Amino acid sequence: MRKHLLSIDDLSVDDVTTLFTTAAEMHDVQHRQVKKLPALRGRTIINLFFEDSTRTRSSFEIAGKWLSADTINIAAKGSSASKGESLRDTVLTIAAMGVDALVVRHPASGAALQVSQWVDASVVNAGDGTHEHPSQALLDAYTLQRRFGGPGSLAGRHVAIVGDLTHSRVFRSNVLLLTMLGAEVTVVAPPTLMPSGVGSWSREVGFATSYDLDEVLPKADAVMMLRVQRERMSGGYFPSAREYTVGYGLTRDRLRVLGPDVPICHPGPMNRGLEIAADAADAAQSAVLEQVSAGVAIRMAILYHLLAGEETP
Amino acid sequence: MSDTILVKGASLYGATTADLLLRDGVLAEVGPGLSDAGARVVDADGLVALPGLVDLHTHLREPGREDAETILTGSQAAAVGGFTAVLAMANTSPVTDTAEAAERVLDLGRAAGLVDVHPVGAVTRGLGGEELAELGLMHRSRARVTVFSDDGRCVADPRVMRRALEYVKAFGGVVSQHSQDPSLAGPTSCCHEGELSGRLGLPGWPGVAEEVIVARDVMLARHTGSRVHVAHASTAGTVEVLRWAKAQGIDVTAEVTPHHLLLTTDLLAGYDPTFKVNPPLRPQEDVDALRAALADGTIDAVATDHAPHARHDKEHAFVDAAFGMLGLETALPVVASVMVDSGLMTWTDVARVMSSTPAAIAGLEGQGRPLEVGQPANFVLVDPAAPLTVDRDASVSLSRNNPWHGRTLGASVVATFLRGVPTVLDGALV
Repeated sequence: MRKHLLSIDDLSVDDVTTLFTTAAEMHDVQHRQVKKLPALRGRTIINLFFEDSTRTRSSFEIAGKWLSADTINIAAKGSSASKGESLRDTVLTIAAMGVDALVVRHPASGAALQVSQWVDASVVNAGDGTHEHPSQALLDAYTLQRRFGGPGSLAGRHVAIVGDLTHSRVFRSNVLLLTMLGAEVTVVAPPTLMPSGVGSWSREVGFATSYDLDEVLPKADAVMMLRVQRERMSGGYFPSAREYTVGYGLTRDRLRVLGPDVPICHPGPMNRGLEIAADAADAAQSAVLEQVSAGVAIRMAILYHLLAGEETP
Repeated sequence: MSDTILVKGASLYGATTADLLLRDGVLAEVGPGLSDAGARVVDADGLVALPGLVDLHTHLREPGREDAETILTGSQAAAVGGFTAVLAMANTSPVTDTAEAAERVLDLGRAAGLVDVHPVGAVTRGLGGEELAELGLMHRSRARVTVFSDDGRCVADPRVMRRALEYVKAFGGVVSQHSQDPSLAGPTSCCHEGELSGRLGLPGWPGVAEEVIVARDVMLARHTGSRVHVAHASTAGTVEVLRWAKAQGIDVTAEVTPHHLLLTTDLLAGYDPTFKVNPPLRPQEDVDALRAALADGTIDAVATDHAPHARHDKEHAFVDAAFGMLGLETALPVVASVMVDSGLMTWTDVARVMSSTPAAIAGLEGQGRPLEVGQPANFVLVDPAAPLTVDRDASVSLSRNNPWHGRTLGASVVATFLRGVPTVLDGALV
């Protein structure tokens, strides 16, 4: 693996395989009574979050702590521009304290890449604007692969990603990773929530697009529902929550179309009743809580490989 | 008083070789084999002489952001780039929306004394887009403001735009419009809307947000019988509208920036805010259409949109960083690369789009004049055989947001003369 994890494009299939192998070992640690490994003792990881986050921040924090790293959270909400300090100055100040890794969440696309160009520490992109969220994609693919039967089992599986694609970093990372692992991906959204230029992009990366969820669902081996922010209605992206749910929600009726073994994923937080019905969120086939649990294991694997090199844990 | 200077062996417009004798600020004699008696001689062998360049669109940042540029340093950058006149946009702090503010810019320009600095007046008070600024008083001031623009912002309200176009007819003014429908491309829009913005997750700035305003404004110009100028045209669609409007006889002119003639949107892939500019860099198809439109006269002029920024204002996340890039020192070398070396234009054409036409659009007397006896001695000597490799740290601008850093461009400016006085010789400020 390289020094940073900024985008799924930074990873090869071998890197992903290595991460998943390590994550499986870490996953076992999660179920021990004593969860701490000494791997990153003496290393310092700062979770630098310029945007509110509960699950991603705590997931990275627990991951760092179980690896015995000193993990510190810094909330730097509000653009540094408005405070008169440049992002570069903010980041250099924190890096100067002596940091081995910066886990960066920022509301602006590209921020983690920019940060990586300014500091010596390893940088993990924990979500940059509407660009990428690579650790989320890794935990999603890892979760699905476990469901499907282990390494290599994603190949040829049909995954539907449904929702606000335009504003989703989860979609952007997932479509790259799932296609890399051989899955057939169809992304579903109304035209207003399709990213610009998705036609040529999808041909190049190798995924399909659709406006019709009911056509896609019957052939799906897994469904990934994305959060739809209610604020999007005022932007004119769709007329009403009701209309969105009728067109693109995983409703109780649509749940019946899915096979009983088809995993339902959601990166959270869920808008129950909007993009996902309670019946679907809580169904036996729902993978939502497995995703959260896998998130810690994947983030342990990421931090381990970025900071501890190629030694075995 | 200026010395008498004999410029020997210049190629006028890259066509005919002649000497130029400068005396008392004018071209006293033009022709082959002029006597050098009593004159200081400047050897121009192999150099192309063009009328001094005129820039319809610069941001000199003074007053308000003297850490990014001052009227003096901006004038220096202009002179190094071969300019003898620049129009300084109104979006300073305070805004140039009164006669007093305009005269202050004029006076600072005169004190610098390197190029003629003409203030552009704001169309609306404080660039607020609602009430007209004191357009007539700015025109009646010593600054004789003729070009009005809220540049940086669009005069979006059609009623305000209509009234402004009508009002300035009284004194032959022109509104230079920053064409950006704020509903279609808001303040965070920063990447050409297309595949790249979709992949990068950057807020899209669709070409149509420019085109609908250009289309609306040419219809308003037709309706009011007024003149409108389109600042920094950036799309093929805008070119189509302009071509149609000109065919109808509508009084519209347009400018294109050097960066929109050469740089493309794919440069944003690394999220480097050096390449963040408004309107954004566009795909190659738009660049090709802009070049063709400049060559065939659909676009009238090249204007730099020189936009210096302090380093820290560019060191934010891409969407938070300031818009704009430097352009004064590199404009002519870029045009030489893109338009002359490619065979799309002659040096005579370059003189038209970078000097005589912009001077006419802004109503500047004594600028953009032909290289003929009796005309003001405002001209630039260009070496078409000496490509310029751009080093941002060699710039005389106070800022370093230079998108051309490391590129080699087609020609270099050797000397600039303002009313017979050299401001630049051997490529350096005198």
